Amino acid sequence: MILEMNHIQKSFNDLSVLKDITFGVDKGDVVSIIGPSGSGKSTLLRCATFLETINSGEILYEGTVAASTPQGQDKAVYAQKAEIRRMKGLFGLVFQQFNLFPHFDVMKNIMDAPLTVQKRDKAEVEEEAIALIRKMGLEGREHYYPCQLSGGQQQRVAIARALAGKPDILFFDEPTSALDPELTGEVLKVIRELAEEKMTMVIVTHEMPFAKAVSDRVIFMDGGVIVEQGSPDIVLGNPTQERTRQFLQNYSR
Amino acid sequence: MSLRTMILKMSEGLGRTCAIFFLTLIISLPIGIVVALLRMSKNRIISNVFRFIISVLRGTPLMLQLLAVTYGPYYLFGFSVSRNKLIPVVIAFAINYASYFAEIYRGGIESMPVGQYEAAEALGYTKAQTFIRIIMPQVFKRILPSITNEIVTLVKDTSIAFTVSYQEMFTIGKQIANSQTSFTPFVVAGVFYFIFNAVVDFGMGKVEKKLDYYR
Repeated sequence: MILEMNHIQKSFNDLSVLKDITFGVDKGDVVSIIGPSGSGKSTLLRCATFLETINSGEILYEGTVAASTPQGQDKAVYAQKAEIRRMKGLFGLVFQQFNLFPHFDVMKNIMDAPLTVQKRDKAEVEEEAIALIRKMGLEGREHYYPCQLSGGQQQRVAIARALAGKPDILFFDEPTSALDPELTGEVLKVIRELAEEKMTMVIVTHEMPFAKAVSDRVIFMDGGVIVEQGSPDIVLGNPTQERTRQFLQNYSR
Repeated sequence: MSLRTMILKMSEGLGRTCAIFFLTLIISLPIGIVVALLRMSKNRIISNVFRFIISVLRGTPLMLQLLAVTYGPYYLFGFSVSRNKLIPVVIAFAINYASYFAEIYRGGIESMPVGQYEAAEALGYTKAQTFIRIIMPQVFKRILPSITNEIVTLVKDTSIAFTVSYQEMFTIGKQIANSQTSFTPFVVAGVFYFIFNAVVDFGMGKVEKKLDYYR
């Protein structure tokens, strides 16, 4: 398994946001996480990517422990900084607000982390960046700055930037929520292509038809727990839980 | 004394005026970053100490600080910082301006969207790499207008060096004004400062333009 999260608990002050969440992602899996706002789905993603620290539970990347809660204790302990940094190389993260570096052009946005963080060979990274730009349909935009691009283009640069680190798993935190409706299509198309290439992905999304089309598994979260998970046909088509049905009904209205 | 002689005599002090100006900038701009970081330290003691230092340095006149650095050591310990008055003058100016710059940096750093830090963190940048490669270049662009403001003020503040009789342009002008009972040297000084600041404005405008390539 690429990612395992076991019995994850997370609270902000007194507010419990994740209550005993357990799930895993296998190589090649495309997992969509849906649920109402405040259900904890974004927090789960932020815990998986170390942007938030869990209170208790266990996180493993490819079998290596990133965080664990020793027997008899109630606080999670994280691995050494260097080990966590190494694990950050295993995943890529795409944000709702893109979070591109505005002072870098497209090429530099994609190349800077592989060069600065991973200290890789420049000629090689450049070659890969050009290939990624082509894959994202951004030819000719190599030396544009983020402010000169549309939201959809910016998000595709962000996906290329996340892919440049050659991750084993990609996380998407509502990748189309900040986009105009007419621009979501181009971003979803890119993600769909990645799914066809068997890229392992976890996608927090509100795009139900999209989730249905690309996912191997859909997780429905509400109130900090996983209410239901399974194949998209079941969770989105014929859910077993009343709460899921309610959510989907409100959604289609 | 003819106007021409006045201008020539005062010009002799321009080198010292420039010395105060450039040395202050070269020292206070980088020190300001360090002070800003200490002021923002998560350690409450460190941050409060620097909050206090900054508030004293901003809350008291530069002229007093200049007198304190120049003559304070003599009255307290019986020795002077240096025979060459440029040294205490630059020390006083640099610490005073560093505290102003520190607050400007702090404002700039705190205005950075958290998403920039998170993106860098997820990509594996260290804290230092994030600060140097991602945060500071953007902070500089944001704070440039405030920095320009301070630099323009610094040009005029160099005249305060007359309080310790450091022979820069304004000090010489003031001496001429006294001996000749004439107001003309002050007019000359005004023109000098105005030209100096016109150059500063032009230069900083260029820098701002240069950083205009992104938003």
